[in-house]
Amino acid sequence: MSQLSRNARAARFLVAPSVLLLLAWMTVPLAMTLYYSTVNFNLTIPGLRNFVGFENYIFFFTDPSFFAGMSNTLVLVGSTLLITVVLGTLIAVLIDSPFPGRSLVRILLISPFFIMPTVNALIWKNLLMNPVSGFFAFLSKTFGMTPIDWFTDVPMLAIILIVSWQWLPFAILILMTAMQSLDQEQLEAARMDGAGPVAIFRHITLPHLARPLAVVVMIETIFLLSIFAEIFTTTGGGPGTQTTNLAYLIYSQALLQYDVGMASAGGIVAVVLANIVAIFLIRIVGKSLAGE
Amino acid sequence: MKLHTEKVVKLTLVTIVSWLVAALIFFPIFWMILTSFKTELNAFSSPPSLFFWPTLENYFVVFERSDYLRYAFNSVVISFVSSILAMFIGIPAAYSMAFFPTKRTQGVLLWMLSTKMLPPVGVLVPIYLLARDASLLDTRTGLVIIYTLINLPIVIWMIYTYFKDVPKDILEACRMDGASLWQEIRHVLVPITMGGLSSTFLLSLILSWNEAFWSLNLTASQAAPLTALIASYSSPEGLFWAKLSAASTLAVAPILVFGWISQKQLVRGLTFGAVK
Amino acid sequence: MNASPTTWLRLSALAIGVSCTTAALAETITIGTVNNGDMIRMQALSSEFEAANPGIELDWVILEENVLRQRLTTDIAANSGQFDVMTIGMYETPIWGANGWLEPMDNLPASYDEDDLFPSVKAGLSADGQLYALPFYGESSMTYYRTDLFEDAGLSMPAAPTWDQVREFAVALHDPSNEQYGICLRGKAGWGENMALVSTMVNAFGGSWFDMDWNAQLETDEWKSAVNFYVDLLGNYGPPGASSNGFNENLALFNTGKCGMWIDATVAGSFVTDDSQSNVADSVGFAAAPSQVTEKGSGWLWAWALAIPVSSDQKDAAQKFVTWATSKEYSALVADRHGIAAIPPGTRVSTYENQDYLDAAEFASMTLTQMRKANPDDSTLEPSPYTGVQFVAIPGFSGFGTTVGQQISGALAGSSTVDRALANANTVVNREMRRAGYQD
Repeated sequence: MSQLSRNARAARFLVAPSVLLLLAWMTVPLAMTLYYSTVNFNLTIPGLRNFVGFENYIFFFTDPSFFAGMSNTLVLVGSTLLITVVLGTLIAVLIDSPFPGRSLVRILLISPFFIMPTVNALIWKNLLMNPVSGFFAFLSKTFGMTPIDWFTDVPMLAIILIVSWQWLPFAILILMTAMQSLDQEQLEAARMDGAGPVAIFRHITLPHLARPLAVVVMIETIFLLSIFAEIFTTTGGGPGTQTTNLAYLIYSQALLQYDVGMASAGGIVAVVLANIVAIFLIRIVGKSLAGE
Repeated sequence: MKLHTEKVVKLTLVTIVSWLVAALIFFPIFWMILTSFKTELNAFSSPPSLFFWPTLENYFVVFERSDYLRYAFNSVVISFVSSILAMFIGIPAAYSMAFFPTKRTQGVLLWMLSTKMLPPVGVLVPIYLLARDASLLDTRTGLVIIYTLINLPIVIWMIYTYFKDVPKDILEACRMDGASLWQEIRHVLVPITMGGLSSTFLLSLILSWNEAFWSLNLTASQAAPLTALIASYSSPEGLFWAKLSAASTLAVAPILVFGWISQKQLVRGLTFGAVK
Repeated sequence: MNASPTTWLRLSALAIGVSCTTAALAETITIGTVNNGDMIRMQALSSEFEAANPGIELDWVILEENVLRQRLTTDIAANSGQFDVMTIGMYETPIWGANGWLEPMDNLPASYDEDDLFPSVKAGLSADGQLYALPFYGESSMTYYRTDLFEDAGLSMPAAPTWDQVREFAVALHDPSNEQYGICLRGKAGWGENMALVSTMVNAFGGSWFDMDWNAQLETDEWKSAVNFYVDLLGNYGPPGASSNGFNENLALFNTGKCGMWIDATVAGSFVTDDSQSNVADSVGFAAAPSQVTEKGSGWLWAWALAIPVSSDQKDAAQKFVTWATSKEYSALVADRHGIAAIPPGTRVSTYENQDYLDAAEFASMTLTQMRKANPDDSTLEPSPYTGVQFVAIPGFSGFGTTVGQQISGALAGSSTVDRALANANTVVNREMRRAGYQD
């Protein structure tokens, strides 16, 4: 009995290193960012560090691209989630039963997940979506259509496609794994009862996938909120501000303007936003995440 | 008889559709590899040339211009060491939260995950200055520390979901036998959840390998991983598609092959505790 | 065989000692540079430098322009000393020099022949008359056109065209059904991308970025007519996707024979006439960058230069390298290995006095004309308070220049009107100027 309580007490301390590390990782830069967000600090102007109060925040909020940045972030996260979740589920169901070459198909399907985001963006932008010499332009011309001018006419769609291609394999991977644990006897029984494929999908498959879907939504949201490389490499936030998300907006403040004060204010806004989203996510998918 | 034909038709259909979808999704990678064997002019020609005399020229150029092995070595060391570290820190934390939860456990878990939503650009300057003061700029150690911290939340949370599913009575039984905490984790918990742990490790490895923001901003020459190699081939003056494709193929090849080999493991383990 | 522990200790101490001395002998300098062709050539030829200076080893960090710029700026501003040689442009040099971040380029050897450098380039790389970086290559802008297409259409390009004439030619040559576009111009947003061209257009139309009190001039008639002209020209007679085309994309289009005309950097001259990367190498003509109401500031001026940050702890070795890479000796080396046309252009007058060079490089005389014409200190019709032809050499410009570039690329893509884009842009610029303390 004493061993048990000793283990329990020791165990409580085990979480401490991670919490302390993350706390340091979060708070030290955060404290510095908080400080910088209240001073006038531009990297290219030495010696400038006067206290300006909320001026940086006011400048950040009144930046003409601010609202575009917020709404583009939401559109990008929302659409990518929708595409990857829906297609991911369909593909996972499709390849669940054995067929010739299934393991090779699986390998091909998950491959994009191993590709670096920068490489991904460069391939799509140059080799595929270039309106004159890209592969898609070639396809359109073959079928006698005018090639789509991706980054001019539908820049957001182009970004969403690129990002979805990167994250779809992740959804497939997790949902495919989950499908393997689907109770086959239950399926057989349902078929015996004359349930059609649609009914089976709705009443057996989907409920079974609820938890892995929550996992997909959670992890993807985390990464999609701070998507940057794909936008940096392809559109640079444009044309206009059509593809400027919050991360890119902060980048254009911090590294194009070298205005550390304003970028820090933006960073703080992003932290607040992240926590709001986190609370939101707990409400929606938290139960399955915490495993209760 | 009728049932049989129906099955055959269905199987054929599933096979065809699956292969089509797979080909479609894999196409960009295939196209990149194909382009890497073209000449620059050929790579840009429209309509694209499908049949051409392959050239290794682009690969020679990349090897001649850049020290590929140094970049690859850095990538391997940084991603492996940081993933191993994250596992070592993460397992005890997940253990504690899974088996001795408090009222705050849920909150702590979600707070950890929310640290990942902060865009790195927002904290670039503070981190850069800290790294400079600790002499960690352009060192593998610096990147290892950063990647360990970046991946820790996901690692802890994934392991947590696997541990949650381990029946409590197994652990209690071995505690009754007087096993110490270390023995309990080492000899009971880890073997049971091996599948989940290894896919967690793989995921952390992939994420570290592909991280391109910190690696570009905190390294110069000594510790630069493969993501920096790409930055030296993207958009120079002049035609660059073929050389970029070659450099990209070289940069993704190790992790892609590693991923293919460990694919079965990854698929088996990514259950997030959903298997009952 | 049975060495005692002390022997091992001595042996290893010896080994450490040896490695210490070699480390002290060889100085390693880290060079940060852009991934452009001329720099790649420099990297390849640098083994000659290492052979001639056995004590110095070179370590290269070669990055894409935008990544490099941000990397170098954080390094130098934080004084972290990761680089001993930095490749920077005419925009950064005067600002960083004035900040005291760069080593002054004094005590250059007589053989370097400092007076041989183009005066305009030297002026652009100085702050308060002090030179802070040595030019590696320089460029202005000019008009490239397809002589074969002009001949077929019965057109003839004057040596110094106006924008109106350029438009006429573009209309005549535009044939999109055959993938033949009248004109290719930069459309991708960025202070060094579309704004380089647009600023020179505004100059040619008689406008400027600021009046003498640093008030933004983006809503003046000059800006409006220049930008309307640009949007009409490129939007109607340009290639699809023009709003995401930068230097590279246009070069690729021109080299594959899709553009009738292209107005861009003079440095492209050696790319478009190189038949290993151009399908139209034999039929390229060269003319001045177009003027309109004035010739002033109609062609830009830029140089990539090598500088040494004060945070470097290998300044002597770095200085040796920087002088070598920008010397006449280096030009001779390039000519010897890669042919005389491959010499880094636009930095030295002597290059253009060499008849072999003028014969080998058809684009050289037009480059020279354009380099002579450009003057960073006097580039606008009305007086303006800033240095720089196609940029404004103040710290905030890279930021607001890019924001304005985004607005204009938005207008080009049709997502907003020119008037609205310029009104937004004007607000942004004034806002930043107020913030930076230029306006009261």
